[in-house]
Amino acid sequence: MALDNIEKLLEKYFEANTTVAEEEKLREYFAQESVPAHLEPYKPMFNYFSNAKEERFTKQVPLKTRSNLYKWISVAAVAVLTFGIYFGNEYQERRKAEYAYQETKKAFELLAENFGRGTEKVAYLKEFEEAKQKIYNNN
Amino acid sequence: MKQSEFLNVVMPFKDKLYRLAKRLLVSREEAEDATQEILMKLWSKNETMTEYKNVEAFAMTMTKNFCLDRLKSKQAGNLKLVHSNYSDETTSLQRQLEAEDSVQWMERIMQELPEQQKMVLQLRDVEQYEFEEICELMDMKPTAVRVALSRARKTVREELIKKHSYGIG
Repeated sequence: MALDNIEKLLEKYFEANTTVAEEEKLREYFAQESVPAHLEPYKPMFNYFSNAKEERFTKQVPLKTRSNLYKWISVAAVAVLTFGIYFGNEYQERRKAEYAYQETKKAFELLAENFGRGTEKVAYLKEFEEAKQKIYNNN
Repeated sequence: MKQSEFLNVVMPFKDKLYRLAKRLLVSREEAEDATQEILMKLWSKNETMTEYKNVEAFAMTMTKNFCLDRLKSKQAGNLKLVHSNYSDETTSLQRQLEAEDSVQWMERIMQELPEQQKMVLQLRDVEQYEFEEICELMDMKPTAVRVALSRARKTVREELIKKHSYGIG
């Protein structure tokens, strides 16, 4: 590129009036081996900018997806817990009912036994009644 | 958004984030940590990320703010100013020495610029962002961006001419 053109661009450049494309031209120009002596000081500037763009970020970034996994594990745990409490309760109630049934049965048996004893005693009463009838009939 | 999609979105500009962070924080380790932090923050927001029309600009702004906060905070007191980040494979060739040296020189000149000018110069001359993008990233008016850029470039020029005429380095 013509020298005076470069000088004009440089002037614009330092007033911050150049476009990105024009700045690219400057970088290209200063990338060459030799430039006129009075432009020599600018060389490191433009070369530096080109070099600086080469720097790369090489570190690995650990992107966590574990938070998601934890979420699902907690959901599962809550589900298991609710089921456990629900069915556990039902089982407890069934056991209680069974116990109550057995107790009632025992109580009824006791009652029945005592009733039996009662009827035995009533049998004596029948004897008494019969004797009373005999006496009445004889009269 | 899946991890692979996220990486596809982030890959093209992760180096830019790192370079901006390094420009501000100077030390490579600090810049790497900052970039990692920003990427992880972005990843944690990946559900809402599609809502941003320009993820790159958003990430760059995040990086800028993060690094400025970092510089302001007390932790910055422990920041190491590492100048020895360049590879040490200098051969005896004079030319390579000179090139290496001028890179270090430029690095030092840029370090001395005020933060705002540093960033504007980085965004424009290294990353080649358009003015509108820089305005958006820096939250500055177009004229302010031009002034800052012009000042930064002129300062660099002065320093270089000084160095050149003294023949130091």
